[in-house]
Amino acid sequence: MNGTNATPTLVERMAIRTTAPAARRVRGLSDRSIAWLFILPTMALLLAINIFPLMWAIRLSFTGLMANLPAPARFIGIDNYVDILTDEDVWAAFQATAHFVFWTIALQVLIGLGLALLINQKFRGHSFWTTVILLPMMLSPAVVGNFWTLLFQPQIGPFNYVVSFFTGVAPSSFTMIGSVALAPWTIVLVNTWMWTPYVMLICLAGLRSIPDYIYEAAEVDRASPLRQFWSITLPMVLPFLMLAVLFQAIQSFVMFDMVNLLTSGGPGSTTETVSITLKRAAFEKWETGYASALAVILFVTIFGAANVYVRALNWVKQQ
Amino acid sequence: MSAVTSPRPFSEPSPLARRLAAVVVVLYAAVAILPLAWIGATAFKSQADAIAYPPKIFFTPTLEGFVDLFTVQTHQSHDFIAKLPPPQTWYEKIARDRDMVIAGPSRVVERFLNSLIIGFGSTILATFLGTLAAYGFSRFRVPLADDLLFFILSTRMMPPIAVAVPIYMMYRWLGLYDTRIGMILLYTAVNVSLAVWLLKGFIDEIPREYEEAALVDGYTRLQAFRKVVLPQAVTGIAATAIFCLIFSWNEYAFNLLLTSSDAQTMPPFIPFIIGEGGQNWPAVAAATTLFLLPIVIFTIALRKHLLRGITFGAVRK
Repeated sequence: MNGTNATPTLVERMAIRTTAPAARRVRGLSDRSIAWLFILPTMALLLAINIFPLMWAIRLSFTGLMANLPAPARFIGIDNYVDILTDEDVWAAFQATAHFVFWTIALQVLIGLGLALLINQKFRGHSFWTTVILLPMMLSPAVVGNFWTLLFQPQIGPFNYVVSFFTGVAPSSFTMIGSVALAPWTIVLVNTWMWTPYVMLICLAGLRSIPDYIYEAAEVDRASPLRQFWSITLPMVLPFLMLAVLFQAIQSFVMFDMVNLLTSGGPGSTTETVSITLKRAAFEKWETGYASALAVILFVTIFGAANVYVRALNWVKQQ
Repeated sequence: MSAVTSPRPFSEPSPLARRLAAVVVVLYAAVAILPLAWIGATAFKSQADAIAYPPKIFFTPTLEGFVDLFTVQTHQSHDFIAKLPPPQTWYEKIARDRDMVIAGPSRVVERFLNSLIIGFGSTILATFLGTLAAYGFSRFRVPLADDLLFFILSTRMMPPIAVAVPIYMMYRWLGLYDTRIGMILLYTAVNVSLAVWLLKGFIDEIPREYEEAALVDGYTRLQAFRKVVLPQAVTGIAATAIFCLIFSWNEYAFNLLLTSSDAQTMPPFIPFIIGEGGQNWPAVAAATTLFLLPIVIFTIALRKHLLRGITFGAVRK
């Protein structure tokens, strides 16, 4: 096109420049095709390993299939859903889960926010201790949960002795895992130990996002420290706290690893959370259709919660 | 984590408040770390010390737990052992002292190898796919980008236990049940959502001007991506990769339900380390310690990016 221009003028050079996108399209792939080329493999993988099984589960949930039997799937309509929603054991599982979620969240928020406020005093060595406190949350809940069974052994485990040291109760007089009264609190305790750092870390980020001048203005106005906490600190940290709570709520709602290894739902079914019920139905009783229906109910719940979570993420991001 | 400590002339905490805060935080840290310390200590206890009543804080350290973890042993009579040639290695000696003879290596090495292969395999794949997709979302106008990104994140929220049923059936059908490649694909699918979200954040932070300058210099888009964007994103890619590796390393539910032996990783294996007459706690503790140690190191290495990692890149400081 411009091959005849031996010595291009400034205007012509600018003109060549502006055609760059066209030239690029000739030399390499177009932006549009690169965008799709880059995104499609990920989408394809997610479709194959998430969406396809999801669709399959929805289909199975209307059948009476038992995966360990050769009999073909028989369509039974919404019977599975009716069974689940009228099954007292399922409601008991939802109640056990609600107890678990409510108390771990309450404790995590209380301890996590408290620790974040203290760490934000920026004493010497605070970042070292922060890292130490963070450790439990990064570890495998299954592997750690398994080890907690030793810690909770009434006679050979150290936990009962620590309790005994502070309360005077005989160390062999109670079992954290085997007792109907204590087991629901045991899983709350271990989960709180594990995930409080999560809430703490996010609260810490919230605290650090508060500009100093707000406190300075409050000092000028002679606002008491308590007043400052209620009117400045708490409202400013709240979006971060909400984010942490939402994520932890989802996480503990579907918690499986730790509970399965610590109590496996027992004693009896006192700590049988929804995921444990689902696992028992699917992989022990082999009621595939029934389990799929329960899974679909879980999906819908989680999908709704995830929707709220993403909105919260975007909202926090904009703050 | 490394917040800039700006001077706070007004609301600077008093030295007393600071000291009090320090005491409470250190106390909490000490209590929180106690269970982990107990695991580490139990790994070096003898079986008798590990289940002593009351629990022992002070004990003579031994490597019995590690020997038990890595070997299969048979119990023999004292006379039989006395007739054997003297032990050749230190670990044979440890076994013989307890009237045991080492019969061969245990299966733990295979499980560790599975953990490594599946962990690294899925991490590499997820980080690769995630980098591409994140760049796509970050730099191009993709139709329905927000919906696609939401879809990608929502797959991460799916409880493994709920998707396990159809995946189990699908894997049986495809012959992927109890295979490493099946686990790698599955973990890649779970991790890629985190990778896309994290890396999109990191790539968004790289100024577009760099690439535009490269394009003007005659690079193609792909060349600009490879030679300009990737080197800038190295820290973010590394942090993302570590997060993916930690997830795959720790994962339990899928592995429990979708493998039986060939592709089993450490987490479902560890609870089944059994000795003579019940759980061999020193061996379990030894396995747990070896299993957790890399994560402790990674956590310390990652501490500046932790916040980003656990919030899908939403909170950055």
